[in-house]
Amino acid sequence: MVPLSWYMALSAAVFCIGVVGVLTRRNIIIIFLSIELILNSVNISLVAFSHFMNSMRGQVFVFFIMAVAAAEAAIGLAIIIAMYRNKETLSTTEINLMKW
Amino acid sequence: MLKYALIPFLPLAAFVFNGLLGRWLKQRAHWPPIIAVLASFALAVSALFDVMGGHTFAAPLYSWITSGTFDIHVGFKVDQLTAVMLIVVTTVSSLVHIYSIGYMHGDKGYARFFAYLALFTFSMLMLVMADNFLQLYVFWEAVGLCSYFLIGFWYEKKSASDAAKKAFVVNRVGDFGFGLGVMLIFITFGTLNYDTVFAQVGMHAGETVSILGHTYGLFTVMALLLFTGAVGKSAQMPLHVWLPDAMEGPTPVSALIHAATMVTAGIFMVARCNPIFNQSATALEVVTWTGGITALFAATIALTQYDIKRVVAYSTISQLGYMFVACGVGAYTAGIFHLMTHAFFKGLLFLGCGSVIHALSGEQDMRNMGGLRKKIPWTFWTFMMASISISGIPPFAGFFSKDEILWKAFSSHGAGHTVYYLLAIAAFLTAFYSFRLIFMTFYGENRTDPHAAHHIHESPKVITVPLFILAVLSVIAGFVGVPEVLGGSNGFHGFMSSVFGGGHEAVAEATEGASHGLELGMMGVSVLIGLGGIGLAVYMYILRPELPGKVARASYAVHDLLYRKYYVDEIYDALFVNSIKQSSTHFFWKFVDVGIIDGFVNAVASMVDAASRVLRRLQSGYYHHYAFGMVFGVFVIVGIFLFVK
Repeated sequence: MVPLSWYMALSAAVFCIGVVGVLTRRNIIIIFLSIELILNSVNISLVAFSHFMNSMRGQVFVFFIMAVAAAEAAIGLAIIIAMYRNKETLSTTEINLMKW
Repeated sequence: MLKYALIPFLPLAAFVFNGLLGRWLKQRAHWPPIIAVLASFALAVSALFDVMGGHTFAAPLYSWITSGTFDIHVGFKVDQLTAVMLIVVTTVSSLVHIYSIGYMHGDKGYARFFAYLALFTFSMLMLVMADNFLQLYVFWEAVGLCSYFLIGFWYEKKSASDAAKKAFVVNRVGDFGFGLGVMLIFITFGTLNYDTVFAQVGMHAGETVSILGHTYGLFTVMALLLFTGAVGKSAQMPLHVWLPDAMEGPTPVSALIHAATMVTAGIFMVARCNPIFNQSATALEVVTWTGGITALFAATIALTQYDIKRVVAYSTISQLGYMFVACGVGAYTAGIFHLMTHAFFKGLLFLGCGSVIHALSGEQDMRNMGGLRKKIPWTFWTFMMASISISGIPPFAGFFSKDEILWKAFSSHGAGHTVYYLLAIAAFLTAFYSFRLIFMTFYGENRTDPHAAHHIHESPKVITVPLFILAVLSVIAGFVGVPEVLGGSNGFHGFMSSVFGGGHEAVAEATEGASHGLELGMMGVSVLIGLGGIGLAVYMYILRPELPGKVARASYAVHDLLYRKYYVDEIYDALFVNSIKQSSTHFFWKFVDVGIIDGFVNAVASMVDAASRVLRRLQSGYYHHYAFGMVFGVFVIVGIFLFVK
């Protein structure tokens, strides 16, 4: 039997990878993938808790998160494509329109 | 109730109607106000008959302000005094409205003019019908406002808009005192209702009030504060300066507001508050002296003026002085009597001036007139009636009222007796300058500009008929108050006795004791004074026309002093106007406003500006900066929860 703390460690590790990815990478696609990692790290912890507490509630949340992530992916990709058509780049260092 | 309410509210309705539909009414705009004012006149006559039948009226119309013990309603008090004022106001107002059809014909502000006239009539009627001091004060200001509108009626003319401002500002000086007086009344009595206040006057007799460590008699302070308002409104020394300038307004306005009605509001107010004034011998003495000095002062200025309207304006100031003397010696009835006859003959004089000016296409300088009596006979004869009346020649109206004032002053003790001599000299001068005006305008050879002389014409019927009616009133109005010594019953006194009863007897008691022979003698003296003044005018302007010029040259300094109106305007300019202008420009504007107020506002703005210059660097536009901020924030918050708490 795998103990709960292992799941937690995995979840935290994935979360940190996601956060560091969001902070350090400059390619929007990569950043987008990092955000998905963060969401999935949360999913892992929710499912783990659900299992160890003998409650289905956590799994219901996971389905919500997956649905929202899917919608977000569709919209996010649409925004990325629109931006690429305008700026011919995906690097965030060159996208700073909202500037003083 | 409805009848009394309609008296002021009909003109108000006409004002609203004209104000809203003036553009559409155009040259028909005189109809609503004239119909309204004539209806008010009819109702005022009916009210007079009610009062003569002994039915005075006093009732609140509606409750206006209720706050704790402070309870103010709009209400009407129609007693003998109010009834007389109602008749005077509506009569003169109706005639002036009709007259204005001819005088203002073709003016581009025709509808506006009639709207203002109606608003003025409403305000004046509300003023005289008020049953409490606040209502009196509000409409006191309202007539001042209408006066401002109408003096500045031709506002494109700088002199007219300046004169309007001057009238308003000078009146504010007086009204400030009046306002304080009303407050003192409220503090003392806890109410502003006339009847309640006057009923309680006796209970506060002898009380004192402390101002800046000095103690004064309560009623002296109260009466003098109220009198300050009257001095401003009735153009007495030293606040008389606005009235001559107010002649910049259209002539019907001068007749209605600046001769017959509004300027008499001061006398009305003093007469209305007679229970308060009677409590203070000092205040009455001040009223007497102010009136007497003003009467003589203004009469001397009128001697040398050439502007036909200014002569009449100074004459008005002088006659108002007579009325104040009457009030000051406790002869309130005589004051109101003179107020009434004066309204008729002075209204007539002004309307006559207007007719002359109209005939001469706008000429106002008497040096450019002369020989008009054949050309504008109606104007001439009515003018003559008014001038005889003001000169105090029996049996014209002015004789009865003015002689009564002179007699009451003469027969009173103290200040009044001394002031009588001022009034007697002023009476002589009045007769002189009134006939100087007649002779310069209507006699001698024609000195008009040949251009204007060409179309000198008698005024149309709408002008001459009001002149005629006023002339009739100027002749007969005195018969309501024929003194007993001439075999009359002095009905006016009997009529007024219930309003002034107490004060009259108390202050002017001496009158009763004096012998009839003396009274007849003094009457003869005042007639002789009047005839003497007229005689001198005949001698100087008909028999020896070169004489006035010689006299003026011989007494150059005196003539110049009078012609420049004792330099009062210049003195006020130097003392008040310029010092205020200087301090406003250099201190309040350039230092306080620009330096401190604007400086403070600008300093706040530039501080925000400087801070923003630094802080806006945070807005880099790079998303990862923001993301870092978020994550860093999360670390901080989680850190606080984990390690600090």
